[in-house]
Amino acid sequence: MAIISRGFKGRRQEDAPRDRVPPGQYVTNDFPVLSAGPTPLISLDKWSLSLTSETGQTTSWTWDEFSALPTEAITVDIHCVTKWTKLDTSWEGVSVDTLLDGVQTSSGFLLVESYDGYTTNLPLADATNGKAWVTHIYDGEPLRPEHGGPARLLVPRLYLWKSAKWVRGLRLSSADQRGFWEGYGYHNYGDPWKEQRYAGD
Amino acid sequence: MERTAVRGRLNWLVAEVVDLIDETGTVKSIVLDCPDWPLHLPGQHVDIRLTAEDGYQAQRSYSIANPPAGEKVVVTVELVDDGEVSPYLIGELAVGDQIELRGPIGGYFVWTPEHGGPVQLVAGGSGLVPLMAMIRALAESDRQVPVRLLTSARSRETLIYGDELRRLQSSLDNLEVAYTLTRAQPADWQGYSRRVDQQMLAETSWPATERPLGFVCGPTGFVETVAANLVALGHDAARIKTERFGPSGG
Amino acid sequence: MTDMHLDGNALGALFIDLFGQEMTDQNGCCDACGAVNPFGRAVVYRDAPGDVMRCPDCGAVLIVAVRTETRLRVSIQSLRWIEVLE
Repeated sequence: MAIISRGFKGRRQEDAPRDRVPPGQYVTNDFPVLSAGPTPLISLDKWSLSLTSETGQTTSWTWDEFSALPTEAITVDIHCVTKWTKLDTSWEGVSVDTLLDGVQTSSGFLLVESYDGYTTNLPLADATNGKAWVTHIYDGEPLRPEHGGPARLLVPRLYLWKSAKWVRGLRLSSADQRGFWEGYGYHNYGDPWKEQRYAGD
Repeated sequence: MERTAVRGRLNWLVAEVVDLIDETGTVKSIVLDCPDWPLHLPGQHVDIRLTAEDGYQAQRSYSIANPPAGEKVVVTVELVDDGEVSPYLIGELAVGDQIELRGPIGGYFVWTPEHGGPVQLVAGGSGLVPLMAMIRALAESDRQVPVRLLTSARSRETLIYGDELRRLQSSLDNLEVAYTLTRAQPADWQGYSRRVDQQMLAETSWPATERPLGFVCGPTGFVETVAANLVALGHDAARIKTERFGPSGG
Repeated sequence: MTDMHLDGNALGALFIDLFGQEMTDQNGCCDACGAVNPFGRAVVYRDAPGDVMRCPDCGAVLIVAVRTETRLRVSIQSLRWIEVLE
């Protein structure tokens, strides 16, 4: 039975807009850098992004080719499962819809791979129709390595571990496949509004 | 070498605050009386847990600043900007309050005079805290182990334990202390005035041929730089122990 | 750029909860590269969102810990052995 610490309130934000802050989250002005391992440093002349369909058909883009794709500027709130929420973050990137343009698929899942070996997974329906981007600009500047640059996936509707940094490959799959954190005990879907932090929540 | 005598799950103990000492404008030492404290070794840390009335909890680790002293545990806490726990510990906690802690933790980053030397200590900011526990243990001991400390702070105002270090370095023949103030120095300053680099380490630390036991503590970037420089000066990496505090300190 | 990683002693409490004793001064062997190091020397990434401990020599993932309000799940990955001094 823990004793109460007289006068301790923790982070209390009476002025935070509750309709934008999911349960259990607090608003931060920082952008914490959290990672499962060392920051990979990828030079742009070696960078590529691949998209593989469930039949094995692969499309890939070099940095120059990726940079020539149409981009969107978006402002979104992001929510990390470690409880911080950052409001009104601005990014620029290529919509996953654009990457999927012309690709025939009946798959239900998107498996994501990063340069450091990190993986994550989500239903394809949560990455399409304007719900996800591969971003390379944050706050008007090229995305820094510690935040996932040269490019990272951005899926604002799910906890931020789904927004894989240093994205290298997107794989369409008929079967779901747990990624790194999903396999170690975090929730397979990760909806911040339902507080789906851990497996079993 | 002594084994740390911790067995079984770490239980939360309730300690009482018996004294509060302002070390600098943003650093405070909290003296705790902790019944059933299992004794600790210099270099170890404790976890402190706070619980709000609605059950919300927050927990942080702090290095122990005193050598073993029965049920007395002293932690030195630096105020972290926008922090959650340190503003409470420094701004709100009062003598007579109770606080939960568990420990001691960390059997690797420890040193007592029985371990011998010579010893090389390098501290960045509040990284000095666990190393001060080692120095205080040295001061209490009969063993005249030779110890050299290089400590880095932004300014004289932010240097922790300054008076005590000056007193100890003049009263102990076997303790040498070098200081660097990286941002602001007083007019009569005789010490270093820049960030720790290989040259400074070469001038203030034991030569590699002495095979010192090394302990480096502070922010991650500081520890990386110092450890790499010590290795570049010929020190055995296996004899250098590090405790990184992360980006902002403890 | 320095990664904000910590040392093995950052997971000291976790080890005591799991093994019932201090482990940072005990040795472990990495299954990926065979290096033997005391756990205190391991490279630790915290709040990643879980905690990841990596081999200081080759970077392989040794242990992953995910702590929820009700349980602690520890995944042992590339650890060939752990040794405790009698």
